[in-house]
Amino acid sequence: MAMIEFKGKNFEIDEDGFLLKFEDWGPEWAEYVKESEGISEITEAHQQILDFLQDYYKKNGIAPMVRILSKSTGYKLKQIYELFPSGPGKGACKMAGLPKPTGCV
Amino acid sequence: MAKHATPMLDQLQSGPWPSFVSDIKEEAERRHKNVGNVEFQIPVDVCDDLLGILELSYKDGTTHWKHGGIVGVFGYGGGVIGRYCDQPEKFPGVAHFHTMRVNQPNGKYYTTEFLGKLCDLWEMRGSGLTNFHGATGDIVLLGTTTPQLEEIFHELTHNMNTDLGGSGSNLRTPACCLGESRCEWACYDTQELCYQMTLEYQDELHRPAFPYKFKFKFDGCPNGCVASIARSDMSFIGTWRDDIRIDQEAVAAYIGGEIQPNGGAHSGKDWGAFDIEKEVINLCPTECMWMEDGKLMINNRECTRCMHCLNVMPRALRIGNDRGLSILVGAKAPILDGAQMGSLLVPFIKVEEPYDAIKELIEGIWEWWMEEGKNRERLGELIKRQGLAKAISAVGLTPVPQHVMEPRHNPYIFWKEEDVEGGWDRDIADYRKHHQR
Repeated sequence: MAMIEFKGKNFEIDEDGFLLKFEDWGPEWAEYVKESEGISEITEAHQQILDFLQDYYKKNGIAPMVRILSKSTGYKLKQIYELFPSGPGKGACKMAGLPKPTGCV
Repeated sequence: MAKHATPMLDQLQSGPWPSFVSDIKEEAERRHKNVGNVEFQIPVDVCDDLLGILELSYKDGTTHWKHGGIVGVFGYGGGVIGRYCDQPEKFPGVAHFHTMRVNQPNGKYYTTEFLGKLCDLWEMRGSGLTNFHGATGDIVLLGTTTPQLEEIFHELTHNMNTDLGGSGSNLRTPACCLGESRCEWACYDTQELCYQMTLEYQDELHRPAFPYKFKFKFDGCPNGCVASIARSDMSFIGTWRDDIRIDQEAVAAYIGGEIQPNGGAHSGKDWGAFDIEKEVINLCPTECMWMEDGKLMINNRECTRCMHCLNVMPRALRIGNDRGLSILVGAKAPILDGAQMGSLLVPFIKVEEPYDAIKELIEGIWEWWMEEGKNRERLGELIKRQGLAKAISAVGLTPVPQHVMEPRHNPYIFWKEEDVEGGWDRDIADYRKHHQR
């Protein structure tokens, strides 16, 4: 697995650019990820989604279903894709430091 | 000279069936020679390394691909299956070996012009290896690297007017039998309906919004040539509701031995002369056929349209003229709670442009499942958990006997409170007035 450094911080990541350890997350991580995820600036709307994903993961140990993400944040799927072009899994979850989505993806 | 020794794989080059090993070796060779001076965008020896790692798996008896992989193109949440080998130093050519699903034309009819363009694209930006086709229907481009994904997607969409297929918790790529294009039993234009539904629900296909995956398949008749009843959450199977059309002259020709039964399908063995009593009338599951004065008679009210008689005598018996389809729901593989085939939901619906009635049924099911489905719960499992009656009401129908194979035998029957006189609010004191403790 690769180690990357960004703004003085070190992050251990996998081939897909997902953070290996959730505890390593810091705001620098989101800054580091944004370019590869097609995002120029992390707006308040981005942050709202990232915060919700992190809270949900801390509380439940899993990522929320898309339906729950939409209902809880008020962002429709279309808006989530406008914010995160790769979508809630590859885009938002990666940026929030959550583990890589699994299953028949 | 091949890059890796592959003694076990080499054994699969013998025998009469087309050998995938010989084919991959040929492609490996082609890439090394590179007669067309292609500017390969991924390692030249990708095919050698694929054979190398496959040989290692043959030796170890275990896979050498890492778990999972999340890659894709901007705007979509699916379409690409990421994959990394777990021996990247030994087999750098397949360190990245992602699969791209490309939406196939319905019925899988192609021109060599289209396939040639696709091959040119894939030769340059991929491994040169494919799967024609994936079980769901997609053209499968087998093996490329992450930086090539957007490049390939750009060329597919800009130069070939072709999109990716589906993957993830979404509507997967729909598929159909070849339908009216070359089958006399097609009860509707499967290719057209499949195409129109694919276009209508592009958003649901490219951006996962569902609790889990969902598949459509379109069979022109109950023969099920695309196996929709087993391999799609929503299965559309053509049928008719008027009489089977009988050409009595052709029936006589079959009886007289002038036409081979089943289109000659059993001609590899001597089964004796065609016997209409034995091969058709006595095999009809509802026993609704008989011969009268040398003529074939069918009591169509009792026919379940199983296709057997039509299959045996294609030149004498034809589907009716009042055509449509049935919709069955819930088919899935065993995980988690057991395999299911589709259960009849809509016995008959006409197939008429712009297909609004069919769309309403689809969207009724989705609305229910998207709201009630648990994470990674297939529609078939939701139907088990909440009941077929819920699925029936989700599409605005009322239960009919055709909805079941047989009525339940256990008496654990739920009633809605409003259907029971007096409701559920009862006071034990009222009961005690008549029944001492």
